[in-house]
Amino acid sequence: MTPILDIEGLSKGFTLHHLGNQIEAFDNISFKVGAGEFVLLKGANGAGKSTLLRTLYRSYLPRGGVIRFYSDHGPIDLARAADIDIAHLRRTEIGFVTQFLQTRPRVSAEAIVSEPLRLHGVPADEALTRARVALSTFGVKQDLWKAYPTTFSGGEQQKVNLARALILPQKLLLLDEPTASLDANARAALVSRLEELKEAGTAMIGVFHHPGDVEKLIDRVVDLTPDLINSEDRTDVDL
Amino acid sequence: MTLTLDAPRIVTTHPLLQVRNVSKSYGSVKALRDVSALAYPGEVLGIVGESGSGKSTLLRMMNLEETPDTGSYTLDLPDVEGNLFDLDRFARRMLCATRIGIVYQNPHLGLLMKHSSSGNVAERLLVAGERSFATLRTKATAALDASEFPLDRLDAPPIELSGGMQQRVQLAKAIALEPALLLLDEPTTGLDVSVQALVLDTLKRLQQERRITMVIVSHDLGVIRTLADRVMVMRGGTVVEAGLADQIFQDPQHAYTQQLVHAKL
Repeated sequence: MTPILDIEGLSKGFTLHHLGNQIEAFDNISFKVGAGEFVLLKGANGAGKSTLLRTLYRSYLPRGGVIRFYSDHGPIDLARAADIDIAHLRRTEIGFVTQFLQTRPRVSAEAIVSEPLRLHGVPADEALTRARVALSTFGVKQDLWKAYPTTFSGGEQQKVNLARALILPQKLLLLDEPTASLDANARAALVSRLEELKEAGTAMIGVFHHPGDVEKLIDRVVDLTPDLINSEDRTDVDL
Repeated sequence: MTLTLDAPRIVTTHPLLQVRNVSKSYGSVKALRDVSALAYPGEVLGIVGESGSGKSTLLRMMNLEETPDTGSYTLDLPDVEGNLFDLDRFARRMLCATRIGIVYQNPHLGLLMKHSSSGNVAERLLVAGERSFATLRTKATAALDASEFPLDRLDAPPIELSGGMQQRVQLAKAIALEPALLLLDEPTTGLDVSVQALVLDTLKRLQQERRITMVIVSHDLGVIRTLADRVMVMRGGTVVEAGLADQIFQDPQHAYTQQLVHAKL
């Protein structure tokens, strides 16, 4: 399998200056992810699942270890890469799907969804057409396409968020509870889109509150419970 | 297996703007101490910090209004060479008029308040050598339109306009010649929230459509978070921390940055 990510000895903690203390998130994590592979992160609340995803995306700075990402430009250590390189990879190869839509005032749903395509050089017309297809796939009603998502319900916002986050195929996709606040139809649309991307070779690492939603996609489970950090075959794990 | 740490650089383009080791004192006050900054083409660099942190001084230096005691400033543009702080007054004026646009917090600094709005924009074009009245009018109108200024107010002087509209005239003047670098000094401070959102949206659109490199100074973290790709945090004339915008806001390392981020409403 083509390697995509090779994590070795990764550690993260937070220094809280105003309290004068340190909080450990996780320590010495190692695992690999290949093209088209889906890794589920497991562990109780506070085990560091979301923190790990954010560290891989470099929203959090790792404390130690190596995150070797096999980019189109060659292998690069995401833990130490220059900010400008990380910004470039986020636009082109690494996607992050969160539970929250970051809206900007006065920007329509279809503009938000088409933005990653436009920034990727897709002509505006085509980007808009593809954005509308994505919005309807996730079940956003047509009369909302030109509206500003700032005022949408949580579920509707999440659909816009997913349409945007998944519109451009990425090499690596980080998923932080993307099914939260979704109805059954939208969950099904999400799973089917993830299946498509997986088929096309996207490597995925995800945190899911109800892993049953994505059961058929999971290849491996990494348990972040302290003293139990290792990856297991999917068949050994009780979902 | 041991993984090697020396990753290749992916983005190999040169930064558009490089400020290196700049220091500046006013009498006994050290406004800037050994500050360096860079911005890549198409990038938005945000600079945050409290009053007196040196952020506006740094921005004025990027607009060549101030010269530091030590340090250098280069722009990676055709026909622009060497340390720009070494340029004489005339060369500075030409460079700023043609390649750099600025929007000040106080419109009085950037505009002739009693001249027409289109005249304010046309003045920038005149400095760059444009002489045809028809072209001046067309280009000024286009710039004001891009800044979402209402075109039925072209002849109104800024003094008769609201704060948000005055900022749009400044913005039109700044982008009229399609500058490589746009400097923004607290562009939305003092505007009410709805107008602030409109101005931010216009800036974001301009940045995406034209890929203008921007440096934006603000004490408003929300503004910086909306616009900036990377953020520099300044305090007491020094840079205490710099990083990707989401990293600075989600995982600030320095005690001062943590204090700043936690204080945000």
